[in-house]
Amino acid sequence: MPREKILFAGGGTTKSWKVLLALRILALIATLAAAIVMGLNKETKTLVVATIGTVPIKATLTAKFQDTPAFVFFVIANAMVSFHNLLMIGLQIFSRKLECKGFRLLSVAILDMLNAALVSAAANGAVFVAEIGQNGNKHAKWNKVCDRFSIYCDHGRGALIAAFSGVILMLLVSAVSISRLSIYSKKSSTSTAAAVASP
Amino acid sequence: MAKLTKRIGALVLRLAAFGAALAALIVMVTSRERASFFAVSLEAKYTDMAAFKYFVIANAVVSVYSFLVLFLPKESLLWKFVVVLDLLMTMLLTSSISAALAVAQVGKKGNANAGWLPICGQVPKFCDQVTGALIAGFVALVLYVLLLLYSLHSVVDPFLLQKS
Repeated sequence: MPREKILFAGGGTTKSWKVLLALRILALIATLAAAIVMGLNKETKTLVVATIGTVPIKATLTAKFQDTPAFVFFVIANAMVSFHNLLMIGLQIFSRKLECKGFRLLSVAILDMLNAALVSAAANGAVFVAEIGQNGNKHAKWNKVCDRFSIYCDHGRGALIAAFSGVILMLLVSAVSISRLSIYSKKSSTSTAAAVASP
Repeated sequence: MAKLTKRIGALVLRLAAFGAALAALIVMVTSRERASFFAVSLEAKYTDMAAFKYFVIANAVVSVYSFLVLFLPKESLLWKFVVVLDLLMTMLLTSSISAALAVAQVGKKGNANAGWLPICGQVPKFCDQVTGALIAGFVALVLYVLLLLYSLHSVVDPFLLQKS
């Protein structure tokens, strides 16, 4: 029993603890960057809308992320996932000794998996709508937006790249969480079996 | 006997998830409508939108994977990979539903600021079938989340849950 406590004092092997912390920090940076860049995405442009005779009629059009529900979901979901990562980093650093208690490792693993699914949904939803904005759609007669609002599209592209790296990082984070859970359960089951077998 | 009921329950869940993903795939593929107005014929099919193509491919991958895992023997060492692969399939499902839903929402309501007109008024049956495929995909997603929790529970020793 004391041997198990020493082995698990750092919450599993300390190597997996460090790897998990590094991956979480990277995932936090990626999803936070995606949320902020898309959240501040706005471009206002004065365009010629029509020409009456020789007088061009100008209108000021604004492209902002709130127009598209997919981008709103993108910002909200990335903000949620970065908040989850922040919370988990805080828990990992500040309550390192309490990791064996109860359902903690299991709930961390489950939450990581759910957040990985959430961020993948957000990134993919936004990328397909952005693809329509970039290339248009001949069949539905939707014309492209990116030739007129190029800065808006550039910022959107950057946010999407950050979100996709966040997706890969969250997948790695969940994989490491699941493996830590299985390492702990194997250790606890073998030590308890040893304790039962040697009265 | 509790182990046997658990295992049968898991098999039933996976069969249901396979059925739901297959149904989503079939309903999306067979959605096709031809509408004509002002002597212009317009045909709406699922290949028009990249998001619907991705939905079909993702659900095909999930169906094939579910079908293969149905036949995995109980003592195989591959069950450890099933947890991570289940997570990957769940992420694939959520992303395909999100993409198809985002594009279908633009098709139904349009986007006034971008000048995109809704198309559901002209091809209502196509829109209904896409909605049906999305519902089936959502059912498959819920079943896959349950399967993911079950795989986690069965690979990780249940001992963990009894300790406190």
